[in-house]
Formats: sequence, C-alpha cells, structure tokens
Amino acid sequence: MRVTHAWLVVIVLAGAGASLAGADELRSPQSFSSIGNQADRSRALFVEAGRVLQHPRCLNCHPAGDRPSQGEDQHPHSPLVVRGLDDKGAIALRCATCHEAANFAPSGVPGHPLWHMAPRGMAWQGKSLGEICEQIKDPRRNGDKTLTQIHEHLAHDTLVGWAWAPGGNREPAPGTQAQLGALIAAWIETGTACPTR
Amino acid sequence: MSITLNVNGTRREFDGDPDTPLLWAIREQLGLTGTKYSCGIAQCGACTVHVDGVPLRSCSAPVAAMTGRAITTIEGLASRVAKAVQKAWVDLDVVQCGYCQSGQIMSAVALLEKKPKASDEDIDHALAGNICRCATYQRIRAAIHLASERLASKEGA
Repeated sequence: MRVTHAWLVVIVLAGAGASLAGADELRSPQSFSSIGNQADRSRALFVEAGRVLQHPRCLNCHPAGDRPSQGEDQHPHSPLVVRGLDDKGAIALRCATCHEAANFAPSGVPGHPLWHMAPRGMAWQGKSLGEICEQIKDPRRNGDKTLTQIHEHLAHDTLVGWAWAPGGNREPAPGTQAQLGALIAAWIETGTACPTR
Repeated sequence: MSITLNVNGTRREFDGDPDTPLLWAIREQLGLTGTKYSCGIAQCGACTVHVDGVPLRSCSAPVAAMTGRAITTIEGLASRVAKAVQKAWVDLDVVQCGYCQSGQIMSAVALLEKKPKASDEDIDHALAGNICRCATYQRIRAAIHLASERLASKEGA
C-alpha cells in the first residue's frame, strides 16, 4: 500500500513538472521539420514565436493607444503616462522619471537604459497573431525595417531581452531570446507565412 | 562604499550600500528633508528631484547611478522659472497639508523649463504622477498657469 502511494506521488509530481516545463519553453525550429509543406511550417514557426510576441512582457509596451499597460493582466499603466512625441513620455513625466537603467528591487520598478514604448504604428494590443505577423513584415508598419532588421530586433535588442529578465514577480516571456531568434530566423527562411487568424 | 554626489551644486559624500535609494541618501545622510518619502514605489511623486535638469523619482533610483550627475532638490531650486513657480504657489495659497508639494513643484518647474506656455493637457500629463491627498489639483494647475503668465511678462523677469 505504501509503495503504491509513493508511485502515485512520483507520477503526479512528474506530470506537474512536465506541464510547467512545457509552458516555459519554446520549441526549436527543428521540431517543426516534420511539417512537409513549407508555408504550413512557416506559419507554425510564427505561432510558436507568437507565444513571446503576445506575452504581457511584450504587449504592455505595444499598446493600441498612447498609454502603455502593465502587469500580467495588462491593466492601464499607473500612474497615467503617455507616449509623448518620442515614445518616451510626456514633458516632465518621462519613462526615465521612474524607470532607471536596471530593475530596481527596493521600489520594484523595472528598468532598462532604453525604456520606451513601441511606436504607435507597431501597436499589437487587440490584434490577432495573424494581424501582428502581417504588420511585422510590412515595412510601412514596422518602422521601415527589413526582415533582417526584424530578426536583429527580436534576437538581439537588449530591451526586447528584458522580457526574459523582468525582475520582481513579473513572469518572464517563454523560452529564451536566442530561441525566439532561432524561430524568427526559421520563419524568415521558410517564407514568412502568417497565421490566418 | 563611498560615493561622491553633486547635490545643489555642492560636492557631498555618501557612505553606504550603493543600492540605497537616492531618497534615503539625501534625506538621511545629507539632511535634505524637503524631499518626501511617501509610497516608495514611484507611484506618488513626493520624492521627485531633478537629475541633470529632469525629474526623477528618488525612491526608485540607486545612489550609485548618480555619480557624475547633477542632483537638485527642492532646497536647491533657484532658477527664474523656479522662483516664479514658488511665488505663484504662495500667492494662490496652493498648499493644504503640504506633504506632496515639493514633488509637485519639482515637476511643475521641469514642465515650465521645457514648455513655458503649458496647456492644461501638458500640466495633466506632466503631473499625473504627483498625487495630492488633499486634492489641490485645481490650485496647482492655476499656479502653473500664473507662473507661466508672469514669466512671459516683465513681472517674471
């Protein structure tokens, strides 16, 4: 009886561990190689990358309006802040008024030297993953960036990288920035197909 | 660890943990208590100082990051704009309990330094992070407009 009980505990713990690992990790591009159709594979790669792009750590600063959101529930930023003329805040209430060069544990305020909002044209909140995908590869709506520059931004921009080291009790984006970069590179290589929704 | 600070144009030494919030350095070690502690999480604006001429919440910045930067507290405000703002504050009797007012003035001065003819919207956006539990917001706005008008006239010269 005791042995049976112990096995149940092991099975339950193992199952919980596997579930948590799955939620935190990103699949590798190679794991999509069984999808024979290239366009379908490209779409699947973007859907996986979308787990990062649609994570609150990214969406909070890609708002549809002039005000960012915050938290896992993406509530309006408090205090009220607006993007201003340069996406770095209003006169006398800049992003850097509160957000310093690094996360600051005593106040719990996150930080990075380049803290700012994504330009209005790069709004992601309220959009489907398919809409975000089309927007990302459209130079008229992505800040006139090439696909190479998009990859560079997502794979190496240190402010994007903050999403994996957000400090405090903020949930990091899934996987790693390198894994996201690999998925985006593979999505580009396979033709940048977008999900239909 | 000893850190040299430039506070109100004077060289001051801070000795302690480099992660200490700037607020504690200026209040506890330097004795400049005009800057107030309230929320401690950059939500209320009572701890606002100027660093290199722009507002900063001193509760949310490590003192180690202040090396080589010019810190101005409410005690050190001395510009033409600052004097006009302080006079308008007194003339309109803006203050009620007063606890938040040094932070309000620091933000108001920073606004008018950058935009002398500030609109209501400019004021709302610039001071949205400065909370007043006495709700003196209407008098704050009026005082900023008064200071702005005086600065544009001979009275503020």
